[in-house]
Amino acid sequence: MRSPVRSAIRTLLALALGVSLTGVAPALAQNAPPRIVIGPGVIEPMPIAVPTFIDEGGAGEYAREVSRVVTSDLEGTGFFRNIGEEAYISRITGFDAPVAFEDWKAINAQVLVTGAVSVSGDRITVKFRAYDVFNGQVLEGAALQFAGTTQGWRRMAHKVSDVIYSKITGESGYFDSRVVFVSESGPKDQRLKRLAVMDYDGANLAYLTDSGSIVLAPRFSPNGDSVLYTSYESGFPRITLMNVGSLERRTLDEQAGTMTFAPRFSPDGTTVVFSLERGGNTDIYALDIGSGGLNQLTNAPSIETAPSFSPDGSQIVFESDRSGSSQIYVMAASGGEGTRISGGAGRYGTPVWSPRGDYIAFTKQNQGRFHIGVMRTDGSEERLLTASFLDEGPTWAPNGRVLMFTRETSGVGGQATLWSVDITGRNLKQIPTDGPASDPAWSPLLP
Amino acid sequence: MTLAVKSLLVVAALALGGCNNPDRYGTGGPGGSGGTGGIDTTGLGDPSNPSSIAYFNQTVGDRVLFAVDQSTISPEGRAVLTAQARWLMTNTGYAAIIEGHADEQGTREYNLALGARRAAAVQNFLISQGVPANRLRTISYGKERPIELCSTEECYSKNRRAVTVLSVGAGV
Repeated sequence: MRSPVRSAIRTLLALALGVSLTGVAPALAQNAPPRIVIGPGVIEPMPIAVPTFIDEGGAGEYAREVSRVVTSDLEGTGFFRNIGEEAYISRITGFDAPVAFEDWKAINAQVLVTGAVSVSGDRITVKFRAYDVFNGQVLEGAALQFAGTTQGWRRMAHKVSDVIYSKITGESGYFDSRVVFVSESGPKDQRLKRLAVMDYDGANLAYLTDSGSIVLAPRFSPNGDSVLYTSYESGFPRITLMNVGSLERRTLDEQAGTMTFAPRFSPDGTTVVFSLERGGNTDIYALDIGSGGLNQLTNAPSIETAPSFSPDGSQIVFESDRSGSSQIYVMAASGGEGTRISGGAGRYGTPVWSPRGDYIAFTKQNQGRFHIGVMRTDGSEERLLTASFLDEGPTWAPNGRVLMFTRETSGVGGQATLWSVDITGRNLKQIPTDGPASDPAWSPLLP
Repeated sequence: MTLAVKSLLVVAALALGGCNNPDRYGTGGPGGSGGTGGIDTTGLGDPSNPSSIAYFNQTVGDRVLFAVDQSTISPEGRAVLTAQARWLMTNTGYAAIIEGHADEQGTREYNLALGARRAAAVQNFLISQGVPANRLRTISYGKERPIELCSTEECYSKNRRAVTVLSVGAGV
């Protein structure tokens, strides 16, 4: 067995850890909790304090590392500003010790996160409280305890962040999630590609395939257990289904003389929609994974590709060049001609329906530049979020408020990297990866 | 390195690497190994021998180029493909895989479909000229395998191509 495979399995075992969850303190009613409303307009980051979590026994470095990950998650959203330790007036001496709220008020902290970590053998327990500093009360529901194995310590930190983020923004979080992508190496004309998976913040990287054949555009299943992607392993592009735990894989739909690509799961995970090319013409098909039954959804001499289901499974958004240039269309999940929704100048591709159902993200190409954008599901309110030589292939964070995508630089030394941006166009940043990377796909929030 | 020499090396790799897997960019080919060292170019035969792969690549011409987003074969392309068809019908011991490629100006998915369209356009033309369909297959690489690396039209125009890659054998 290759070592990347071993490390992938190790990582996945860690993922399979049972995270148990218990309440720490009763929730208290309050009047005006600290609140960030995510929407257009300028948001002044909310000042927060996350003092190093208390070591309640055997925690060692875990206490500091857990608090560091929580801080990094929250600050990474662009909605929070962490107040450095050097500004603290008082210290948190114990998880249940009285808090001198006046001291935290004095340094302008709106939210104070206290926590404690204990480790016994390979078991780790993380508990936390997030306070509204102004009234000295715990934010409703923001006092919890997580327990699991030490291998999963980052997941517990992400879960703490998810709770705090959701209590303050009213949106669900996205930190306890993974990203599958294509890790790249080698020059532009001999690019080597292999599938890799990592935490949303780049930690816990593991490789799922070697680089023996081209792999493209992986997509997670709705429960995160498996990945669909396009592989040239057989010599021809074929959609492949891989179990991320066992790394077992199989090719779906192998009709001679055809090419299959651009696969994506239905929201219930039973169906794969994808493009099938025969005799030069590409249409969209649906494949029932269980029975292998194949259903043709579009039937046109133009290119129909990049299908993506609405979260309720009733509709499919896709890309077609039937008008003479690539545009975005929506059809019923049972197929049909569809209705064009993109209307602006330029070419539109890779539409992806938000997991919340409210927006469709896309790639737009206009006047030699590429953009990642969002529009309402009827095509209205188009908003371009990025611009560069080549941005493409957006994927939604599980909460539908952040997008990750590929950005490639131009010229002989051109390389791809992963970036994220929120749906208002704020907080554009590069995701740390081992080397060049492309085609990210975000997992759902982990259980 | 000239285009002709490059494609010569690439096809040499194919000829030596065996033809079970048409993806000549896989591990066994120059794409995977990262080099062409040690490859014996004599596998292509003598370019002055009109029945050799080298002659096909250099004299007949192994590729046609396309306009942006198009798969229509140009008059120059028709001339090349007419000669390819004549060669293939004379040299019946060869089969061909037609590779469709796109430039980097487009999404991955669209370019895969576009490359397939270009490869099919070439395949259909060759069949219309009398080449038996069972000697021809197509594959699309989309924008995955450019041959020219700059990001200007000068390079893009050479990357928007369909390449007829020969292998020894009566069918594919």
